Order: sequence, then C-alpha cells, then structure tokens
Amino acid sequence: MTESTIKLAVTRYRPGQDREPTVQTYTVPYHDDWVVLDALQYVKDNIDGTLSFRWSCHMGVCGSCGMMVDGTPKLTCAAFLRESYPREVRVEPLANFPVVRDLIVDIDDFMHKLSEVKPYIIREDLDSLPLGLGHELRQTPAELEDFKQFGMCINCMLCYSACPVYAMEPKFLGPAAIALAHRYNMDSRDQGRNQRMPVIGSSEGIWECTFVGECSVVCPKHVDPAAAIQRTKLATTNDWFKSMLMPWGNR
Amino acid sequence: MDVIKHDVLIVGGGLAGLRAAIAAAVEGVSVGLVSKVYPMRSHTVSAEGGAAAVVRTDTGDSLQLHFEDTIKGSDFLADQNVAEYFVQEAANELIQMEHWGCPWSREPDGSVAVRAFGGMSVHRTMFASDKSGFHMLHAIFQTSLKYDKIVRYDENFVTSLLVDDGRCQGVVAMDQRSGEFRLFTAKATILATGGCGRLWAFTTNGFINTGDGHGLAYRAGAPLSDMEFPQYHPTGLPGTGILITEAARGEGGYLVNKNGDRFLSDYIPSRMELGPRDIISRAEITEMEAGRGVPGRYGDTVMLDLRHLGDELINRKLPFVRELAERYIGIDPVHNPIPVRPVVHYMMGGVRTDIDGQSPLPGLFACGEAAQEGLNGANRLGSNSLTECLVFGARTGRVAARLAAQTPEASAAAIEALGADEEARIAARFGEATGDERVGQIRSDLQLTMERLVGVYRTGDSLKQAAEELRTLKERFTRVRVDDHTRVFNMELQAALEVDFMLEIAETVVAPSILREESRGSQARRDFTDRDDEKFLVHSLAYRTENGPQIEWQPVILTTESLTALPPAERKY
Repeated sequence: MTESTIKLAVTRYRPGQDREPTVQTYTVPYHDDWVVLDALQYVKDNIDGTLSFRWSCHMGVCGSCGMMVDGTPKLTCAAFLRESYPREVRVEPLANFPVVRDLIVDIDDFMHKLSEVKPYIIREDLDSLPLGLGHELRQTPAELEDFKQFGMCINCMLCYSACPVYAMEPKFLGPAAIALAHRYNMDSRDQGRNQRMPVIGSSEGIWECTFVGECSVVCPKHVDPAAAIQRTKLATTNDWFKSMLMPWGNR
Repeated sequence: MDVIKHDVLIVGGGLAGLRAAIAAAVEGVSVGLVSKVYPMRSHTVSAEGGAAAVVRTDTGDSLQLHFEDTIKGSDFLADQNVAEYFVQEAANELIQMEHWGCPWSREPDGSVAVRAFGGMSVHRTMFASDKSGFHMLHAIFQTSLKYDKIVRYDENFVTSLLVDDGRCQGVVAMDQRSGEFRLFTAKATILATGGCGRLWAFTTNGFINTGDGHGLAYRAGAPLSDMEFPQYHPTGLPGTGILITEAARGEGGYLVNKNGDRFLSDYIPSRMELGPRDIISRAEITEMEAGRGVPGRYGDTVMLDLRHLGDELINRKLPFVRELAERYIGIDPVHNPIPVRPVVHYMMGGVRTDIDGQSPLPGLFACGEAAQEGLNGANRLGSNSLTECLVFGARTGRVAARLAAQTPEASAAAIEALGADEEARIAARFGEATGDERVGQIRSDLQLTMERLVGVYRTGDSLKQAAEELRTLKERFTRVRVDDHTRVFNMELQAALEVDFMLEIAETVVAPSILREESRGSQARRDFTDRDDEKFLVHSLAYRTENGPQIEWQPVILTTESLTALPPAERKY
C-alpha cells in the first residue's frame, strides 16, 4: 500500500534572495494525528533545510508557532492536517505583521506595547514586604477568578493577526496588551491602575477598538480580550463621570 | 564585529535566567540577557504541576522533612548542604513570586494552596492550576520588564564562550534577525539554558531543549556532572511525549495495567502513585515487559485513570490535562483512562557548580536545569525544579553581580580576536558544507540511538553499543551539509550548531553511565542491580578531551549546618 500524502503550500521569503514572497509546495506523508507543525518539521528535516519557522513546546503553551493556516491565524501545533485533508494546506506567516523571513514575523511592536502597559504588580510596599512562610498577600479564590482568565495569554499574536483595527492602525495597543493590562488592574494585590490608565485610556488604547470580537474568536486560550477591552472602556467611562461629578474625590 | 558590554551576562531567559537577572539588577550592575528565543517561549512555560516549599505547617511540614524527602529522593547523591540551603530559601522565593503576581491557587481563606506530589511526605507543592510553569514564567518575565538595568537580546544564539586569561569573559552570539555575529563581554557569565531532553526521541522537552549551555561549558573546559541521570517522567502521552502532570496523581489519579490492577502495590505499596519518578517509571517498564501493558499505536502503555476524580475536580485543578488529552489523543479523561508511558523529562546532571552557582572555570556560572549544583542527585523530586530555578537563580545572580563589581575589564583586543576566530570557524565548518548528510537526519538518528540504548534500564553492553553509534554519528556529522547560505533567520545553521553540541553532550551521558557500575536513582543497570556506596557515592565529572569525555569522580557532600544530616541508608518507602 502506498503511503497517503498531503500537500503543503508554504509562503517563502528570504530577504536578500527573494524580491517578494512566493509560494512553495511540498508533498509530505499524511498522518491523521499530525499537526501542521509536524509537517513543516518533516519538510525541514527531509526535503528542504532552508525553510524557517519558530516552534518549541508542541503543546499549545509557548506561543511560538502561530501562523495563518488556510487563511486563519492558528497555533500550528494545534492545527491538525486532518482538518484540511485531502485538500492541500495553505501555510502563511501571521497577517498584520512585517515578515522577517518565510513564516517568521516581527513582533517587536507587541513587545514594546507589552512593556508600556506596565504588566506587573505595582504597589508602594512591594519591595519591603516580608517573605517566606505565612507572608503571602491574601487573595480569595473569587478574587483570583476576577483576573485569572486574562492572565492566560500566551503572547501568540493570533489576536493581533485577526484584528481588523490593528491592520488599519498599528498604533492601536491591541487585544493581548490590553487584556494583560486589565489582568493586573483586576488583581486584588495591585495598586497600579492609575499608572496604566494614561496608556490604555489614550486614543491609541482602548478607544480604537470597534468591538469586532475577532480577537476572542481566534484566541487559543479563551482569554477573551474583547471582554477585557469592553470592561476597560466601561471602567474608564465611570472614572470620567466620577471625576466630573466628584472632582475632589478618589484621587 | 560589534562588542556589547555588561557586568553580568546571562544566557537563557527561562525561570532561572530571569531570576538571576533580577537578582543581579537589584545589586545595581548592568545585566545582559541573551536567549535564542523570547523569554516567554522558554521551556519553563511547559511545567505544569507546581513548586515545592514549606509554606504551611498545618500539614505537619517542616524544613527537616522537605530536606529528608529531597535527600532520599536523590538516592543519597544530593549534596546535603545544598539541599539544606534550598529548603531554607524555598518559601522566600515562592512568596516573592506571589508578590510578583503569580496567580497561585488559593484556599478559601486566601492563603496559598498546596497539593500532594511524588516523593513528598506531605502536601507542600504550591500550584497555579496545572499551568504553574506558564504562570511563573509570565509573572517573572513581565516583572523583569520594570528593571532598566536588564537589557534583553532576544533570538540570539550563543555559539561559544569567550575564554581568555583563564577566565570566561563573555560569549559570541549570532543575532538571528541579522545573521551578524556579536561579542558580548561580561565580568561574570551565567548559563541558564535549561535541559537537553531533545537528545532522546521521546521527550516532554520542547524543540529548543538541545543542551546548548552544557555544550558551551564543556567545550570551554568546565566539567559536566552526573549526566548519567536523565529523569524519566512516568506519564507521557504516546506519540508526542506531551507531559501529563504528576499532579494528576497528586490529586488522586490511579496508574493501572491492562488488567485494571493498580500495579504499584507490587512495587511501592506505601506510596503507590505518589512514589518518586524513577521507581514508578521502572515499575511501568516491568509491567510492560511482563505482558501487562496495553498495546497501542505507539507501542505498549499503562493507563492513568482519573475518572473517579469527577469532572468538577478535573476542570478546576487539572484543566490542561483534560485539554491536552482531548486534543492530542482524542481521550476525555473524565470518561476514559489516558494511555501513558515513561518519557525523558529532566536532566539531573549539568554544569558542575558550587552552592553559589560558580563553575570551576573562573567567571562562569550556571543555574537551573543547566547546572548540577548538587540538589537533585540521582533523582529529582517532582516540583523541586521550579523552586530550584528560583533559589539558585537568585543566589547565582547575586554572587555573580558582586564578583563583577570587583573584577576589572577584560582585554578588548584579545576578546575581539577570539570573536573573529569563532566566526571564521563557523564559516569554515558550515558555510560551504556540501556533504551527503542532513542535519535533521543525524539529529533523528541520535535521538533513536539514545532512546533504544540509554533508556530507563541499561546494561554495559547497551551503553557500549551507544558509545559506538555516537562515534559513527560524529563521523557522519563531518559530512553534514547546510543548504541555507543566507543570513537572516538561518535556522538550518542554528540547528547544525545545536546538533554539534548534542553529539558531544550525548557522550557525556553515555561515558559515566558505563563506568557507574551500580543502580542508583534514574540509572538502572540490569548488570549491576544494587546501589554501591563503597564505590559510587560520588558525582561524575566529564571533562572534554580530543578523544571524548574523560571521567573523574567527586565525593558527595554529606554534611549540613543547621538541619540534621541524613546518612546514606537503604532507600525504602
């Protein structure tokens, strides 16, 4: 019996060699438990060593291997060939990012935005808190639930790739950065909300979002960035009303 | 060639590297953090079950008990002064992570929750659901962003250490984005590059876990120690090797054979599923060899049965286990048992360091899984390693920073010459490499050799066969070809450099395994089934020579300062 095969149509782009991206098609063995990433690594190890892409954990948690698979942003370690078979699988670099080479995109913009939203616990006494047995800051399971979902982000960039606003306006902070800012704002241990709001509440912050919700659809970890953006908009509006009604209070 | 100067240079951006970076930054020195991936991609992210420390006493826990569990788990090969310091600092570090925002799971009163883990006498493993490593890594990475003293160089692959005047003075690295080589000089260099599980075919380790730090140190003349002890985790998913956390058993899961029997009653009845990993992995292999395994597409397995835990507990405490089993093997553990088998998971061995993380090569430090600082001996206890990254990452970062503050700058001319030599070496070796061997094929054959011959059970003959096959692989590697001659993200060149390291590191695993004619911890020899303290209560040290590793031995430290030392005795559970 001949082995079943499947075709991969992969975007290639090598700066200094290719003037523009091209599509290269590879035929690889088909296994019903292979993911797209397995097929790409098969290509690299057996057919064409020059194909470049990122990956590490192969279990959907390191966030390295996001690509467009048949036009949709996906983790290639979680996208099975059987979802396309017997059709060919189209593999492209993540949309909305500059392509560095082949399937590798430039995520510097996100790394910069992540820093800008101050994604860490802020409180005046942080460095003087006692450590060790019994010195945890108390946080009830309900308080943990308030933010935990927004902290599940693996920085895989699928949400930016799906976001029509980010496609048009690269200054938009974008779904993952806002979700992470919201994660810290909602953490009962944090007191840094006022330091984050100037960035999040700016015109390039939450207000660009037109609530399309594609970010939440493609998120592999069910972070629901759209909900984070919506809640931050509400909270910011409440702040504004409070500052108008009670200019002397709550500063 | 560009030269970038820092006081302390750290290679690796996982939990140990980031903890070292913050500790050094707090000391006020300038810190460079070089990693071949973005820090949040580091393999810490895949750790699931949790991190151990004495953070509660209502469980009957104490420092002495955590210490004794660790020593006994190590099959008495841990350095006892190091384990003592580890248990003393563990709670400080885990509570520090709490203050840095790690979303630890909680008790109703808001205190941190703990769960049971293998080889631990009481519940002492803090956890963030079953994504503890992911949450710890993101919390510490995001926290590191507020330290201006830390400058990151993401996606830079270190190809060699700069050794001049008898000291490590930094590294040479290839910037993947540009393909340019750069020199990073430092007064102290810390390797925090993680493990080398990718030496084997069936592993929980990510694609990046190729042991680069081991290779860098070894080539620079520092010894690798206790490399004969890779840890086999008892519950990997067949096919992919994806980890199913020990917490699944900590929360009450059963391991059963094809007859539905909880077979561990024949091996470790006092602990059952909560025994140490080495003992349970051996029991699984023995069951399969006796015909009591469950045949499957990828060979025999045993079954991990969580059905009796119920969907509420599974969803609350083991949601990732459910997600992984459903996605990758189509089994919902709420309704069906999960097939599992032993899988390479962690390297107990590493760059030999003292308790400060200092290697015998001046200026070179190591911490985390890349180091053999003395904590884990012949078998690490589950949930000690995340804590290990923090405790020894912090200490190493502090010591390195203080050393850097008193060390003069290196000679720039000598360093630049070394950098030029290294770029020329790589260009000569791989730039025009047009042989008949593919990088991926040699890597794959190496992994299959290690899998077949350097497994849970070994014999002198299987190990000698492995040594022979490694020689052949190295010979084949001289004929490797690299088709990619471009500069930007030349991942084929990076893979060739990784495999070049891997072929050498594999020898440092096999050579001491042959010489260690005893069974201890994760090394189970069929031809030497007993532990032999007379001859082998010693760490192995592998030094590089032109003819392969030269093995020396170093006594285990059996003394402590304040806790009561545990003299070597029969390891009974």
